[in-house]
Amino acid sequence: MPQIRLTTPLTDEVVEKLRIGQRVLLNGVLYTARDAAHKKMVELLDRGEKLPIPLEGQVIYYVGPSPAKPGRVIGSAGPTTSGRMDPYAPRLIALGLKGMIGKGKRSPEVIKAMKQYKAVYFAAVGGAAALLARAIKSCRVVAYPELGPEAIHELIVEDFPVIVVNDVLGADLYDEGVKIYAGR
Amino acid sequence: MRFIDAATITATVAELCQKANYELGEDVLRAFNEALDQEISLTGKDVLQQLLENARIAREEQVPMCQDTGFAVVFLEIGQEVMITGGDLYEAVNEGVRRGYRDGYLRKSIVDHPLRRKNTGDNTPAVIHTRIVPGDKLRIVVAPKGGGSENMSGLRMLKPAEGVEGVKNFVIEQVRAAGPNPCPPVVVGVGIGGTFEKAALLAKEALLRPLGQSHPDAEVAALEKELLEAINNLGIGPQGLGGRITALAVHVEVYPCHIASLPVAVNINCHASRHKEAVL
Repeated sequence: MPQIRLTTPLTDEVVEKLRIGQRVLLNGVLYTARDAAHKKMVELLDRGEKLPIPLEGQVIYYVGPSPAKPGRVIGSAGPTTSGRMDPYAPRLIALGLKGMIGKGKRSPEVIKAMKQYKAVYFAAVGGAAALLARAIKSCRVVAYPELGPEAIHELIVEDFPVIVVNDVLGADLYDEGVKIYAGR
Repeated sequence: MRFIDAATITATVAELCQKANYELGEDVLRAFNEALDQEISLTGKDVLQQLLENARIAREEQVPMCQDTGFAVVFLEIGQEVMITGGDLYEAVNEGVRRGYRDGYLRKSIVDHPLRRKNTGDNTPAVIHTRIVPGDKLRIVVAPKGGGSENMSGLRMLKPAEGVEGVKNFVIEQVRAAGPNPCPPVVVGVGIGGTFEKAALLAKEALLRPLGQSHPDAEVAALEKELLEAINNLGIGPQGLGGRITALAVHVEVYPCHIASLPVAVNINCHASRHKEAVL
């Protein structure tokens, strides 16, 4: 599969065609959020209140960046472990979230929601945080500044490299990888 | 009697916090290059190359290799002839962490209370482990520990009857269940023996050993080798995307233990295995 370039927001049409193992260069807006911000967003949803970010077609990047050195857009910004957001993700996927970027396995509930509502999960290379930061062209806090690194940031990215780990068919790249290389 | 000033300790800790986050260890670099040779998965090789490139950028630009600049875990080995002057030792260490993380643009990742969870804003307090040793030196090791790898760690109080097979099964299963989460290829620290808390500390201390250095006891070294092979047979690979290099090293530390117990602790570290030291 050759690498492809995608720009957010993502449509069902685009998402449906993605398959596990597909390398993607993402462009456009990403929103950052980790457990604390997800908890706040779900609390807003429970109260019937408006979220601080749009969800329809959007992609959330699970990251808590380190502070930016003077003159830079952002500090180091690699993915955090996605599993911590699993309790919250299905709610957002049901409301139109089309993509999530992180690292590590997702739960069966999240995979089911991705199949049902057409969303994908991308992995970025954990720990390649200085390298990944180079693809981030702008960064501003849009909600929960009191959370420091865990605030919701709006990022604009250019050719941000990711790989599809879960697609709309329910396949999982982590499972497939182990099957090929275990016990040799 | 030798006097060491608190201000010197603060400055040293601050510098070590930054160096540990910006500069990958020489032993780890070597291990990455060996892994690149040995890995057969193309995706795995690609990941390793990105990590090497990342390490180069971090060192050149003096920026953190990873955004999770970790909990400041500090080991102090104080010679019993040393006297600390000019301030409280632990406050000096915490001030060093505060300054290192502030001036080094490192992430503030500590919350004040596990349940209330308000960010302390300065990455303190540190977790400090202190040992008093003969001599007149103060050895300081700063080992920033990320949350992702730490979260995949575990401890079990085995029955002595479970023996070495029980130990092996627990360690391998811990790494298998962690899968991609701790950013493989991992470094695995194992503590066997002691008490509940001693086993955990042994496992963390095991992570400080240079990669490629086996335990001086032949039997323990053989166990390390067996565990490394078994773990690499899991096929998890770099970033869990499939491959033959799931761990860069397994280090085991042992300690005497109770006739009724066989504690085993597994402290997983990510591939960066960050730690830097200085001797005052």
